[in-house]
Order: sequence, then C-alpha cells, then structure tokens
Amino acid sequence: MKVSTKWLSDYITLEIAPQELAEKIERTAVEVDEVTRMSTGLKKIVVGFTKEVTQHPESDHLHLCQVDVGEAEPLQIICGAPNITAGKKVIVALPNSRIAGNVKIKRGKLRGELSEGMICSLQEIGFAEGVVPKEFAEGIYFLPDDAHVGEPVFDYLGMNEDVIDLDVTPNRADMLSMRGTAYELAAIYNKKLTLHHPAPMTENPAEVSAYIKPTAAPELASTYLMRVIKDVTVKPSPQWLQTRLWNAGIRPTNNLVDVTNYILLDYGQPLHAFDQDKLVGKNIQVRLAKPGEKLITLDEQERELRTTDIVIADEAGPVALAGTMGGLRTAVGPNTTTVVLESAVFDSSAIRKTARRHNLHSEASMRFERGINRATVAEALDAAAQLIAQLGDGTVVGGRAVATKEEVNSVSVAISLKKINDVLGTKLSMETVKDIFTRLDFTVSVSAAGQFEVQIPPHRWDISIPADLIEEVARIYGYDNLPATLPKGELTPGHYTYKQSVLRAARRLLEEAGLTQAISYGLTTHEKAAQFMMEASEETKLAFPMSSDRTTVRMNLISGLLDDIAYNTARKVNNVALYEQGRVFYRSAGNVRPREVEHLAGAMTGLFRNDTWYGAKQPVDFYLLKGIVEHLLNSLGVKDVQFKTATGHEEMHPGRTADIYAADKFLGFLGEVHPNICKEYALKATYVFELDLQQIIELPKKQAVYTPVSRYPEITRDVALAVDQEVENAAIVDFINAKSGKYLVNVELFDVYEGAHIAPGKKSLAYKLTYQDENTTLSDEVVTADFEKVMTKVKSEFNAEIR
Amino acid sequence: MDLKERLSELKKDALAEITNVDDLKKINDIRVKLLGKKGPITEVLRGMRDVPADQRPRIGSFANTVRDELTRALAARKEKLEIIKTAKKLEKEKIDVTLPGVAVKVGQPHIIEQVIAQIEKLFLGMGYQIVDGPEIEEDHYNFEMMNLPKDHPARDMQDTFYITDQILMRTQTSPVQARTMEKHDFTKGPLKMISPGKVYRRDTDDATHSHQFHQVEGLVIDKHVTMADLKGTLQTLARTIFGEKREIRLRPSYFPFTEPSVEVDVSCFKCDGQGCAVCKQTGWIEVLGAGMVHPNVLKMAGIDADVYGGFAFGLGPDRFAMLKYGVDDIREFYLNDVRFLQQFSQKG
Ligand SMILES: [Zn+2]
Repeated sequence: MKVSTKWLSDYITLEIAPQELAEKIERTAVEVDEVTRMSTGLKKIVVGFTKEVTQHPESDHLHLCQVDVGEAEPLQIICGAPNITAGKKVIVALPNSRIAGNVKIKRGKLRGELSEGMICSLQEIGFAEGVVPKEFAEGIYFLPDDAHVGEPVFDYLGMNEDVIDLDVTPNRADMLSMRGTAYELAAIYNKKLTLHHPAPMTENPAEVSAYIKPTAAPELASTYLMRVIKDVTVKPSPQWLQTRLWNAGIRPTNNLVDVTNYILLDYGQPLHAFDQDKLVGKNIQVRLAKPGEKLITLDEQERELRTTDIVIADEAGPVALAGTMGGLRTAVGPNTTTVVLESAVFDSSAIRKTARRHNLHSEASMRFERGINRATVAEALDAAAQLIAQLGDGTVVGGRAVATKEEVNSVSVAISLKKINDVLGTKLSMETVKDIFTRLDFTVSVSAAGQFEVQIPPHRWDISIPADLIEEVARIYGYDNLPATLPKGELTPGHYTYKQSVLRAARRLLEEAGLTQAISYGLTTHEKAAQFMMEASEETKLAFPMSSDRTTVRMNLISGLLDDIAYNTARKVNNVALYEQGRVFYRSAGNVRPREVEHLAGAMTGLFRNDTWYGAKQPVDFYLLKGIVEHLLNSLGVKDVQFKTATGHEEMHPGRTADIYAADKFLGFLGEVHPNICKEYALKATYVFELDLQQIIELPKKQAVYTPVSRYPEITRDVALAVDQEVENAAIVDFINAKSGKYLVNVELFDVYEGAHIAPGKKSLAYKLTYQDENTTLSDEVVTADFEKVMTKVKSEFNAEIR
Repeated sequence: MDLKERLSELKKDALAEITNVDDLKKINDIRVKLLGKKGPITEVLRGMRDVPADQRPRIGSFANTVRDELTRALAARKEKLEIIKTAKKLEKEKIDVTLPGVAVKVGQPHIIEQVIAQIEKLFLGMGYQIVDGPEIEEDHYNFEMMNLPKDHPARDMQDTFYITDQILMRTQTSPVQARTMEKHDFTKGPLKMISPGKVYRRDTDDATHSHQFHQVEGLVIDKHVTMADLKGTLQTLARTIFGEKREIRLRPSYFPFTEPSVEVDVSCFKCDGQGCAVCKQTGWIEVLGAGMVHPNVLKMAGIDADVYGGFAFGLGPDRFAMLKYGVDDIREFYLNDVRFLQQFSQKG
C-alpha cells in the first residue's frame, strides 16, 4: 500500500519528516518497504508551451519545436514523439537538466539542427510504465492547459509528494486504505482525525428500481448495494485524481474507472461499475455459478465457472466474478452513459477460493479475503456515485438498490489489567492502558471488578479476542519499553536424548577421520531417489514440483553425495571426502506418509593424502573407507561387526562391495561405486558407504567395563599361509580364534602377497598370533603346542600351505 | 728451586696444557700424565725426603691443593669440550623448520550444523530440550494446529510442496512444537524446547531463496511466562551468536500462531549500529520472528489458555550463517564445494 503523505494530510495533521514517520510506522504498526519522492534527483524540468511544431528538414519522424519556457526567446527542441503537436503544455528538460536514471540533458545538434533540451514522456522523468495513462504510453505527456510556463513540473504531477510504501501484513488489512492508515497514525501520534464524508443526498429512493433490482443470498454477500448514475460523459479524470492514483501505483484510465479505484484506496472498499445499457434485464442476482456456466472476464479470458464461484448475473447469465473481476460484456467503456455501481461485502473464503482457482489476485479480491470495513460499504458507494456524477457531468439516480444489508456494530472485548501486565511482564497503570485504548478509537469502560470493557469499532475488524488487545497495548506502549528478563519457572534439565547424542557423535567421528560434512537436497530426481537403496520402498513424490530436478524425496544419501562430488570434480577439486547425516524416506504401499530413517553415508574419491615432500600420496580405496567405518562402529559401541561379500547392489562394483552386519542385523554397505554409475555422474572411481543409524541406535552396546591389564609378558607367533585366492581372511581369523586355546588374545593380519613368489591362483596371508595369560608367565612350550595344533587344522581346513 | 716452587711451576704449565687441549680423548691422557703414579706431582713428592720434617705438612698440603686444582680444571675442560662436541653434533642435525608440517587430515562440520550446535548449546544450558519431528508432515500439524486453517490468507505467506492434500513437506519446524505440546504433561514442569531441522518451501532457488533450508524454533509454555522473558531470551541468543555488545529491538509483525507477534532486529555487528552495507544503512539487521503463543494454538493442543501461556520464536540458521560469515548466496550451503565447506574450521 503506497501512502502519499499529502493525501494523508487531508485527514490528519502530522508535520513529521517522512523518514521519521516511516520509522515510527515500522516500529509500531507494519513494515515499510521504502519512502520515495519522485522529484528526488531531478532538476530543471519545467512546463513548456509548444508554440510551433514543424517537420525536421532532414528527418521524417523528428520535429522542430519552438517551445516557450518562460524565457525571452522560445527554445528550439527536437522531438521524436509521435504525438507532438503545437499548442500544448509539455514537460521540458532544459539544457543541463537531470532526468530519471541520473541522465543529464545537454544542448546539442541533431541532424544539423540545434536542440536545446528535451520534451519528456512520463517514463523519462521516472514514472513506472504501469502507471502511465495508456494514451501517453507511446509518447510525450500533455500537462493541463492552465499549467504555468517555466514553472517546475513536479507539483503539477504530484512528484513532490512523499510516498511511504507499507508492507501490510495479512492481519492489518485495516491499513489497506488511506482512512485506515489515518486511524492508525491518529492512534500512534495521539491526534484527532478529520475524515470527510459524502454530502447527504436528497433524493427519491424509489427511482433506482426503474433501472435495477438486485437480489443476493446473505451468506454469499452480507451486504450488497447498488447505485445508478445517469447521463455520464466518460473522459480523462482531472489532474488531482490522476496524481493520487499514480502515486498509489495505479494507472489512470477514465473518470469512471478512476473513481472506483480512488474509493478503493480511500475507503478500502472495492467497487464495480457496470454499463447499464449492456445489462440484460433489471434483475441482478448474486448467486453461485451454475454447472457449465462460463464468463469472459475483462482480461478477455474465457473462464469456466465452478459451482463454488460467486457470480453477479443479469437475466442473460454471469456478468462478473464477485469481488474478483468483472465481465467483458457489461464493462464500462468510452461510450457508457449510465453506470451501475456495486458496493458489497462478499464471503471471504469463497472469494479466496475463486481468486486462487482462476489465478486472479486483484486489489479487490485481496481486500475481500482479508476483510473490509463493513461500516462504510454504503458511504463508499455514495461517495463514489457523487464523484462520478461530478466528474462525468451526470446525475445520481435517486436511492440505493439494496439486495442485502447487514447491521454493523462495535464488538465488545473484556480484559483485565492484570492479564495485560502478566503477559507483557510490565507494570502498566490503569490510566496508561485506558489512554492507549482511547487513542485507538476504542470506547473503554471499567467494570467494578476492574475489567476493561472495550468496544472495538468496525474499522478494526481484526480485533476480537483479549490477545488482540494485548498486542495493541504492547505496540502502542512500545516494545522498546518492555523489560528484558529470563523465564523464572521450575528448573528443567537440558540434555540430548541418547539418539541425538549418537547422531552427533557419529558426525564428529567421521570428521575426525577426515570426512567433511555435506548437506545435500532432500528432494531429488525420480531416478536418483531410488538408487543405492537399503530396503524396498515406494517412492514419495511431490504433487506439483517446481522442477524436474526436485520431484521425489530421497531414499538414500549416497546419490546426493555423488552429486556433490560431481560438483567438486567439475571444478577441478579432485580429492573429495564427504559425509552426510540425514533422513531417508521409505514408504510402504498403502501408506501416504513415509517412514523417516536417520542414515549416515560417506563418499570419497581421488587422493586421501596428496604427495608431499615427506611421504607418498595415499589414494582412496576400499580398505581406507572400511577402516573409517570400522572405527566409527567400534567407537559407537557396536559389537560383533561383520563385513560380508555383497552382490545385490545394482549401483555398486559387484566384486568390491561388502554388506555390514552386527548381531545379524543389516546395518548397511560399503564399497566401490559401479563404473557405469560413475559415468552417469561423471565421476572417477568413488568409494561410498551408507549406514542405517536407527539400527545402530537400537542395537545392544558394549558396556565399557574395566579389565585388568595382564602384568605377564605376551608371546607371539608369526605364520604365512598360502591359500587359494577365494579364501577370505575373515574365515581364517574366525577359524583360528575358534580352534585356539584360551591364551590366544589376538590374531592380526600383517601382510597379503600375490605375485611371482607364489603359485598362480594362490595368495599368501601372514598373521601374527598373540598369546598371554592373565595370571602367569606363559611358557614357550605351551604356546608352541597350541599354535602347532591350530596350524595343522588350518592347513587341512583351508588347504593351506605354511610358507 | 724448592719443592713448592717446583709445584707452582708445574701447576702453571699443567693448567696451560689443560686449557689448550681441544680433544676429549686427550683429556684422559693428560690426567694420567699429570696425576698418575708416574706423573710429575708424584715425582715432586718423592723429593719430600729431602725436606725438613717441619716443612713437610705445608708442602704436602700445597701438593694436594695443586692436585685438586688440576683435577677440577680437567673436569671443567672435559665438560666444556663435551658441550662443544654436542653443539657440533646438533649443528650438523639442523633442519629447515620452514618446511611444512605433516598435515592432520580432519573434516569439518557443515557451517549450518555449527550454527545449530551453538544455538543448541545455549538452550540446553538454559534447560530446554531438543525435539526432532518429521520432515514430511500432516497439513494438520504444519498449518491447522498453528492457527492456519485452510483458506486462511496467511497461507499465501508460505508456498508449500504438497504430496497429497493432507501431506506436505514441512514449511517450518513448528509442527514439532504442536506435537510436543499435545503430549506434554504440565504436572511434570514447564515445556521448554527448541526444534532444529530442515524445512522446505516451494521457491525457485536463487541467491537469497532456497527450496530447502533450516529452522530452529523455540517454545516455552508455563504458568507465568511474559513477553519480557521472550525479549530477555532473544537478547541472550543474539549476544551468544553475534557478540556480547549486541542489542535487540522488537517490531510488530504477524504470525498466525503468535499474538503479539514481532520481528526481531539485532544491532549491526559489522558497523556497531553506525550504518553499513550489511544493515542497509539502518544499523539493524532482521534476524528472527517471535511472539506470545496464540491462545488458539494452546487450545488446539489441549492446554488451558487461561492458566498457561508462553512464547515462541523461529530463526533461520542459513540466514544466521550468511550474516555471520558474509556468505552472499544461500545455494553455497547445499552445493557442498569442499573449498567452501572447509573454510569454517575454527573451533572454540
Ligand atoms: Zn551495519
């Protein structure tokens, strides 16, 4: 809502600098987008009179104009506007003037002829395209004939007015009008308002029925009034009206349309004007649209109506979408002579639905949705009718045609001083609060019990409950004046839940291991959402996605990480180690809402360590990532972790992927991404893992209990076993552990060899077995006996050869 | 020359020899040569026979003094030579200390996560619980329980990704508050919570808009909670995140679930309120929204609005991070360029 302080001064005397006023509004009522004055930055732009206009000798579209600018001699100015003509008052940018966009105008020559300045269009002096009257849109502007030659143009065009652009929140629709804003400022500054009202009309109230007979269902239009103005001449509005409109951001059209817009801005009351001659019959009906009905609206769109749309219909069918947009068939135009004017209150939720469905959000529909001042529906109609008659040299036909008219009263809300102070944390006195209510134009009485009984006038329809009153007191009293304290209630413990601390610990562990946290998008493509999945799930899709890249909620984290890595490698960052902790969304058929499961995933590519002056580079590989996963699970207290050769992951390298289990629960997987998938993402070899953190949270955990450290020495035995390629390390380690005596405390693989010194198809695995007794020093004989017994079994079990 | 003079002469020569020796190995040779059984001192003392008996103790004592002196001189010289030897050895071991150290490979928490952690720490310390909730929500919790019935004009303020008519990507983390309020047993004490998490809006991504971002919403419900308590809490928050000197100010605003509703500005931490590009010359930066919980919200959650009341606030860690670290494009947070992510490694 663009508010001109000059217009405001019709209603309230403030004499406050516009910036200061804006600041006050912002601190007390609603946000201010900007404060502007159109003349700012412009200079030497004056009224000129085109005494003579002749063709430029060297051009067929330029004209030489002799322009009187109040100096001794007229200036010769070259003008290319198609509508340039002699005998008009025009906007002249003198030599060395400054027009919009900080452009300087200089004396110069154009095709051999001198041009001493420029004749300007409204756009050239800073008007937005959307507010320039259509007839001047393609050319220069003509000022009123009585404009004084040589004077600055700014006052004629309202360009010296300060305009405060309010960003009105949905709850303060009362400020979507000049009068509403004036009420608010009167409260803020404790001033008196002088609102003007239309003159009382002496008329025969029955005359109007000769023209129209409206009827309405009260649930669709609680008030529906019409007036008729006859013998009207349609023409441009006077300058003062055009100025008010364009300073409010509305394009002037003609005296009929402009008056309806003017009243909309002034009262916040949307009006609609019909051309009486185009209405079929006298009966005007406010009703719901019938199945199959259509309406061509003012924007020349044919709209299929639904049976929830409120329409205004004449005897031939719908002529307007109520409160939203009029129909083309009955629109007022240059030849209109009899105007039927509508002023009403329509059901807000129906208007909202209609506006949404037809994507027709207008100044009118916005106000009906948020509410309007029900006390001035008739007054706004009368004011509009009188102004149309005045500006169009017509006559208001006697009487308002009334279809419905609701009784509008003040609303009473009760609240105690204690409640106000309890909620705000203040110690306001009865007088202070009473004064605030009074300034707001509320009528207050205090009951014997000390309750305020507050009468809320209809122009503050947003106020209906005690909390509303508390807000009014708080903002007028001033938020700066509230004390700052902390809640004093019963003490409560603040701590993470077990689940929350596991999620956070998991993140820290991966960071310590060298992975950086990524946060990717939860919405992705249909294809990526379903990659790398750990369980079967239906996909969950948006009903109306914004783009094909974000249609489906993810069912894995890895695909997001691969996108991230691709983004990095595309920018020549080739060594990337990222992890993400977040949710995936699994949905079972028949359920609408998916299950949200906390996952943890990592992805690495390139080098883990670069070549340095002291050491060789370390490329990322399976075992590096496995080590990280092992460290993570161990640190989270997960017992008996097993890595099993996995083949079921379509997107993974079939020979380099392991499923991860603990206590027979599937926790996730790790491995190398399938080269085909890498190609799709434009990646080099990439290693990934994904874990179900919820499973990990639910698993029983190792209890940290102290075990005494043995004081007796360890004895070790090393052995290298030559086995078939297919034999897995885990099987050997498990076997040695199972078959050894109680003194074996550790089996550690320390070398793997394949190559020249071993038979083809074989590999050598070297282990260090560690023996220790808690209570005594072990003898070599005991260890050797146990070691050899086990090795014999290993040889036969794995067809192994001890090297 | 009498014995004493000979001893004095001997001492002088021996001390000169000790001072001049520069090889550790020779120190022992000198010691044997001077003080050994065949050494000159022993030799001199052999001549004691010719000394009158009454002078013998004096000469003997002097001879011992010379011996002690030479022993000390030898020890001192040895120590000195050892120091020199060590110094020479260490000098040879000199390295270029300007060569780079062995890099410690660690990752970093995401900057948004860091901001959230900072907020969590503050509120845990003030006795708040941290509550998580679903990212895919029911319209009922996301809007209706927040006093935003269907067809409410304020629904236009948030463009929503719907999955079905009733199911949507949550647009705020306040549905977590609605769910928690419904369950909370007030006989066990007040409800004090924050709910951090991801939220989604049907927005086109650009420098200042992202269809996915984060929120931390806070809620306190008790018997005597005031707007002054809200102001004090937010002041503490602003000072924790943006610095001790920060002031806040409240401006009227509108959120359907609070009344009164306020926008909260913090005094500009770049210019200390003098006016700069960050604060658009106003000295203040809008950082969050807040208010006193609307009685309808309490009633819908089954809480007696005549007895209980409270405050709520909501802030965007993305915006906080942008302000605090001067990030000018919100998309940076979700592209995960490691050169971006690894900049925020300072701890403490
Ligand atoms: Zn600043």
